[in-house]
Amino acid sequence: MEVLDIDARAAKLGIDWSQVNLDSIQLPPGQDFGIESDDEAVYHDDQSEFDTGFGNIIVVDHLPVVPMEKFEKLEGVVKKIYNQIGVIKENGLWMPVDPDTKMTLGYCFIEFNSPQEAQNAKEKSHGYKLDKSHIFAVNMFDDFDRLMNVKEEWEPPQARPYVPGENLQKWLTDEKARDQLVIRSGPDTEVFWNDARQKNPEPVHKRPYWTESYVQWSPLGTYLVTLHKQGAAVWGGADTFTRLMRYQHSMVKLVDFSPGEKYLVTYHSQEPSNPRDASKVEIKVFDVRTGRMMRDFKGSADEFSIGGPGGVAGASWPVFRWAGGKDDKYFAKLSKNTISVYETETFSLIDKKSMKVDNVVDICWSPTDSILSLFVPEQGGGNQPAKVALVSIPSKVELRQKNLFSVSDCKMYWQSSGEYLAVKVDRYTKTKKSTYSGFELFRIKERDIPIEVLELDNKNDKIIAFAWEPKGHRFAVIHGDQPRPDVSFYSMKTAQNTGRVSKLGTLKAKQANALFWSPTGKYIILAGLKGFNGQLEFFNVDELETMATAEHFMATDIEWDPTGRYVATAVTSVHEMENGFTIWSFNGNLLYRILKDHFFQLAWRPRPPSFLTAEKEEEIAKNLKKYSKKYEAEDQDVSLLLSEQDREKRKALNEEWEKWVMQWKSLHEEEKLARQSLRDGEVSDVEEDEYEAKEVEFEDVIDVTEEIVQESM
Amino acid sequence: MTMECVNPEGLRLDGRQFNDIQSSSHQTLESWIRPILLKGHERPLTCLRYNRDGDLLFSCAKDHNPTLWFADNGERLGTYRGHNGAVWCCDVSRDSSRLITGSADQTAKLWDVQSGEQLFTFKFGSTARSVEFSVGDHLAVITTDPFIERTSAIHVKRIVEDPQDQVDDSVLVINNPDGKKRINRAVWGPLNKTIVSAGEDAVIRIWDTETGTLLKESDEEVGHKKAITSLCKAADDSHFLTGSLDNTAKLWDMRTLTLIKSYTTVVPVNAVAMSPLLNHVMLGGGQDASAVTTTDHRAGNFEAKFYDTILQEEIGGVKGHFGPINALAFNPDGKSFSSGGEDGYVRLHHFDSNYFNIKI
Repeated sequence: MEVLDIDARAAKLGIDWSQVNLDSIQLPPGQDFGIESDDEAVYHDDQSEFDTGFGNIIVVDHLPVVPMEKFEKLEGVVKKIYNQIGVIKENGLWMPVDPDTKMTLGYCFIEFNSPQEAQNAKEKSHGYKLDKSHIFAVNMFDDFDRLMNVKEEWEPPQARPYVPGENLQKWLTDEKARDQLVIRSGPDTEVFWNDARQKNPEPVHKRPYWTESYVQWSPLGTYLVTLHKQGAAVWGGADTFTRLMRYQHSMVKLVDFSPGEKYLVTYHSQEPSNPRDASKVEIKVFDVRTGRMMRDFKGSADEFSIGGPGGVAGASWPVFRWAGGKDDKYFAKLSKNTISVYETETFSLIDKKSMKVDNVVDICWSPTDSILSLFVPEQGGGNQPAKVALVSIPSKVELRQKNLFSVSDCKMYWQSSGEYLAVKVDRYTKTKKSTYSGFELFRIKERDIPIEVLELDNKNDKIIAFAWEPKGHRFAVIHGDQPRPDVSFYSMKTAQNTGRVSKLGTLKAKQANALFWSPTGKYIILAGLKGFNGQLEFFNVDELETMATAEHFMATDIEWDPTGRYVATAVTSVHEMENGFTIWSFNGNLLYRILKDHFFQLAWRPRPPSFLTAEKEEEIAKNLKKYSKKYEAEDQDVSLLLSEQDREKRKALNEEWEKWVMQWKSLHEEEKLARQSLRDGEVSDVEEDEYEAKEVEFEDVIDVTEEIVQESM
Repeated sequence: MTMECVNPEGLRLDGRQFNDIQSSSHQTLESWIRPILLKGHERPLTCLRYNRDGDLLFSCAKDHNPTLWFADNGERLGTYRGHNGAVWCCDVSRDSSRLITGSADQTAKLWDVQSGEQLFTFKFGSTARSVEFSVGDHLAVITTDPFIERTSAIHVKRIVEDPQDQVDDSVLVINNPDGKKRINRAVWGPLNKTIVSAGEDAVIRIWDTETGTLLKESDEEVGHKKAITSLCKAADDSHFLTGSLDNTAKLWDMRTLTLIKSYTTVVPVNAVAMSPLLNHVMLGGGQDASAVTTTDHRAGNFEAKFYDTILQEEIGGVKGHFGPINALAFNPDGKSFSSGGEDGYVRLHHFDSNYFNIKI
């Protein structure tokens, strides 16, 4: 309706428009005058839940047909059966009687207090055997319309034409083999190609207020998940980002994918109104592709955490830890004294029960196999030793266990291909006043899973960081005292020593507190984040030599791209200044820098694992020259083009500037006389040119200055 | 005399632009700039100004004493005593005989440069924030801050040869449209026909000096987004550079108020300067003094940064201050510059030959 129409109509009805307070008008509930709400919060599938209002009525069929004398008895029996399941409403049972024969018709209607009860009653009593010839057939009243409309003859369902889905993997086929990254800054979320050749990111998609808290890639990079008030949504697609599915979970706080991207776990917790109570937690597991909720878990936070004696605030995320591998078969939850392992076929506990493990504090899946490692600390004041155990799922057989004495803490680190498990053990010294650290190294793939104990050269060194080489057999440890700890590299197998761990080397006094291996191994960044101001050392572990040292001042985050070619370092908004990110090549060349105020997040889009076999990859690495020729040529082309473009741009800028300068010069010349008169006839108007020209006049003028000083003396 | 030579600690070159220089002569680059530390002020610096010949350097600070230095070796010549508040700005006449200063004691004073004698005091009802002599030095533009009932304003005073005849009356008073916002700088346009003002409301305005009417306002789209802190004009009054808390500096045509260039940095800009010799602009600033934490002094980014005027690319930077930079000035010969910081120091830098050979 146009505004004019409204005015005319109001005049006709004798309403003074200016007197009407629009805010005071309250519409009857449900009335929207045909105006569709633009509030996306209104989910369309919610609104029609109780359309008919008969949702709490069931119809029980196949009752015995009885005469009036037996009516009350039958009624009593039926009431008794259904009262066990739910509460029947007053006068909620109606058994119709044939007015001619005065016999019951063999069915009855039962109304419950709630649709849930009705549903429950239907499920539980359908097929109930009253006696041999009377087996209940129970239906929801609401289903009758549908059932009545069933055609007598069976019709083959119409085959729906096949609509090809979008190619969700298209980004992997980028001609220039670039990687994508997502960043969040201010209200905007942006996805870029990292175009290292152009030394610039190329925008893919940008959207303000795309998410209400953060974004996350799925583990194989297919989806980008965003969080909203109403739930989570995943985005992806061939050319741009379209919404593929929504998962309703109001006030969702955290999300997590299963490693094979089949399932999405969403988490919501509500602070208790009474601070002594534990907060309420709701977790839902969705099937990513269909959007169907597979299972939800509700309860107080205690049930989802190990909750120390002092009471732990919330659950630690992820609450459900997924077993390794692409199958997404098992997930486990740790709570006080129990480990609950679920399987995804039925979404129920394996063997219908949890594992009881007294005092277990930590569990960790192997990244590739369904093996669970768990840690139980010392109990009974040291009478019962601490224990690290490996449990195979679903058999729940303990594969290996090791008892450890005078342990203060343990931390478990799996190597990415599940071959090794390192357990960092902090032990008390004899006096119990301080601790020292060592490692227990498990070789999972070898017979009987041998365990080796590794102690640092100086076993009193504090261990600051530990990291396995991805897919490799080496690991790096930062140990020693801040601010200049040492970094050591070890290998689980060397040419001389296949069965034993050996040290490769130690770098003394490095300004580092974090380790970042390249996803392909071989290279590592020793980083000094936070207190160390963003010192970066790009290190080649094969050659044990430093490739480059650099600094990204105040850097807070470092992330390798999934191919190990580039590294992003970022200063996020925990700092006020210099927010933004920098892209480096793997060997420490600064490629480009992007500054963004209020920079929150940066994440590379993961890639699925390569289809190439290890042998094939090795062959490529060996004959790299052959393969790289093509790319080198491309690189050259691009750099030529770039320098050409750059020259052009510079030329244009210079010309534009020249034009301004010429204009200024001519205007200045025009105004010469006027200026001279303003300066009481002082002729010296050469000052602007003389410095540029560097003429002999220069010295003359200095002489003039000296004269002035002398005069005024 | 207070003079100290310190090691050239400050030089930072960043970016790939320097690869060629860096590889060839990294050592000599270290002496790109030899800083001399001028310790004379007890409070944060507010303004630095060279005389036309480039042999004298005037500095103002929040202590009450504007100071005069030899621009060459940093030797202190003397101070101008008489103000009773922070001194915000100064300007020196073309013949280096007169100095005008504006102060928080609600006065602007005229001084005899050589003797340090006070010649005249202009009285205002609020802080005098910026001062500048006109072409010919017969007029001065002085801006005053808003104060209780008073709005911020631009005053034009006639300056006469003989201080005996000097009067306090304004030739022209222009009230700022947004009177609650401070005018941080006001300067003369070409031939004294216009006055260019800029301040906290982030708008640059050009005024007619005859009538006091507003001629132009900077475009909101392309203009600064936050308070403008500094303004520096080219020697021929053809263009000027503004620095703002929105982390940018912008170059404008002075007659048409056309935006020509924009330079983006990572910190609020408190001070700007343009090299008279090369196509370089210099920005100084840093994290707001009140937000400076006790972490590393580099955290605040208290660097004087050099940009290529035409390409708008960062060339390099000079570190050294341990507080935000409040004032910057190039020597009129373009061969040295000085910077004044919240830390109370003036750093005097002479470029060495490498600076003049920078190619980007």
